[in-house]
Amino acid sequence: MNEVDLNETSVRDFNGQLHALDEQSNALAWRALNPAGRHCLAVGLDAPCEVTIAGHAGYYCAGMNSQATVVVEGNAGVGCAENMMSGHVHVKGDVSQSAGATAHGGLLVVDGNASARCGISMKGIDIVVKGSIGPMSAFMAQAGRLVVLGDAGDALGDSIYEAQIFVRGDVKGLGADCVEKVMRDEHALALRELLKAANVDDSISPEEFRRFGSSRSLYNFHVDNAGAY
Amino acid sequence: MKSGDIPRTVPRQSATFDPYTMSEIRRAAATGIYDIRGGGAKRSVPHFDDLLFLGASISRYPLEGYREKCATNVTLGTRFASKPIELDIPITIAGMSFGSLSAQAKEALGRGATIAGTSTTTGDGGMTPEERGHSKKLVYQYLPSRYGMNPADLRKADAIEVVVGQGAKPGGGGMLLGQKISDRVAEMRTLPKGIDQRSACRHPDWTGPDDLEIKIQELREITGWEKPIFIKIGATRPYYDVALAVKSGADVVVLDGMQGGTAATQDVFIEHVGIPILSAIRPAVQSLQDLGMHRKVQLVVSGGIRNGADVAKALAMGADAVSIGTAALVALGDNDPKYEKEYQELGSTAGAYDDWHEGQDPAGITTQNPDLSARLDPVAAGRRLANYLAVLTLEAQTIARACGKSHVRNLEPEDLVALTVEAAAMARVPLAGTSWIPGATTF
Repeated sequence: MNEVDLNETSVRDFNGQLHALDEQSNALAWRALNPAGRHCLAVGLDAPCEVTIAGHAGYYCAGMNSQATVVVEGNAGVGCAENMMSGHVHVKGDVSQSAGATAHGGLLVVDGNASARCGISMKGIDIVVKGSIGPMSAFMAQAGRLVVLGDAGDALGDSIYEAQIFVRGDVKGLGADCVEKVMRDEHALALRELLKAANVDDSISPEEFRRFGSSRSLYNFHVDNAGAY
Repeated sequence: MKSGDIPRTVPRQSATFDPYTMSEIRRAAATGIYDIRGGGAKRSVPHFDDLLFLGASISRYPLEGYREKCATNVTLGTRFASKPIELDIPITIAGMSFGSLSAQAKEALGRGATIAGTSTTTGDGGMTPEERGHSKKLVYQYLPSRYGMNPADLRKADAIEVVVGQGAKPGGGGMLLGQKISDRVAEMRTLPKGIDQRSACRHPDWTGPDDLEIKIQELREITGWEKPIFIKIGATRPYYDVALAVKSGADVVVLDGMQGGTAATQDVFIEHVGIPILSAIRPAVQSLQDLGMHRKVQLVVSGGIRNGADVAKALAMGADAVSIGTAALVALGDNDPKYEKEYQELGSTAGAYDDWHEGQDPAGITTQNPDLSARLDPVAAGRRLANYLAVLTLEAQTIARACGKSHVRNLEPEDLVALTVEAAAMARVPLAGTSWIPGATTF
């Protein structure tokens, strides 16, 4: 385990050391002490390393991650795991806005709550939030799955494309073109696997969730739908 | 006098309800949808044509044409990037996406720019291998939609352009209609084939200059602080927007006027939002000067650049470089009269064809139709673009020498006068034959 004290090592040097890693590297486990909400920690990683942020992270923690596992032991700021390509990001606290924004792949697990626009423009990532999420989440979500064990804020899935949303609690309101869909067996099965991957308590069953997705009525413009845009 | 003998006035068309306006009303009434088109503002606005160079005489000493050196190179990204972009000419190719343009057109842009020693730019939809392969210097656009955005391509780029807005539609997002969403475009953008593809107007993970500063830090961290970061803005409030771009950490500011083109946007947006590039350059330069950052943060301007005189005038007003989009497409073959019959079949005519979003471009440029796009030979089209860029450069050098400048960047506002009061006020140069700069000096 390599320990880096961010009171003594700059974010640039820390990220630079992580960027130098590849799968052949001997030291793939890292722990960053005293993060103190610093921005851009562990961004752009592209190696199968394991990085633990021992406290709170600022904006864009684990942004554009590939392959790596990043664990934030506190809260994370705006854009956590934004545009992630692959890998695993686990935030033990809450996350701010735009968690998992535009991300193409990988798994983001949030033990606490996520603020507004969680999963905005997501393009294939799986996001599991064990608490609740804020408004405008999964806005223009293109692909991937957003799973919420708590409640969802207003305008959920506005202008959603092919992403799937699963909510266990209440939904304050759905955005344009987002509708509730039937939870078929294949969805429940896939959701069970995802909950397992996110280390969700076994007592929570897929049958407790509702599924949401696109009605696809706004995919091609028609004047009679103008009011929905 | 019999009623039939009374002289009649000739039919008079309304200046307000002119034939185009009435045709638009009829079109709107028939369809119930606003008109979407490509290109930039078509209305007449104050432009570089309203400026003249004074040239040298007794009070100024010219350089000998074709003999004395007049350099054209420019370096973009000297503020923070460890690897700034070195260009041979101060004319770059603006961002245009694969999706809005055919793969052949993107390849031709890369070929032409590379021959000319300048850069080209990706667009909404990501970077294609062909584009990267044929562009020696490639700027990677980072847009709100993040279609096709991935860190591997980010690292392959020579610079990163954070697109906040563009001149054709400042404050607006994009629209690529389903006809142009081919299998490849759909795959690159992670969208189903054939659906209308909307691009957001705001970035999904930052709002405001404080956030943008951190976003730029992230981009720099991911790319090792090597690559210049451009910020592209549509011309609206250039003084303040440029100041905030500088505050956010930009290496280069790209300022796009309302004549700058788009792949597809509402006509009402193109024609009624934003300001002409002529009116935007001087406030932008003033902003840089007030911050002590002029020439430290480079300014690239675009929107209606057509010839070397336009290039020279933009540089004289304080820009470090210009960017061309529409003119580059015309150089490739867009709106070529040889396709007149087909333009007419599409309800248009050569020179006016702007339904780029429909994907039926006879010239094979703004289309994903394989039969149409195969019409464009990327090698020949790239050569045409290179030739055109050479002419722009030669023309700008000719003017610079006539003004006594050994480098085109040494052109200055003092070399310019304006033909109209409006242009004098916007460009902040004297009305020709006077010392009057409206708003700055008394008549």
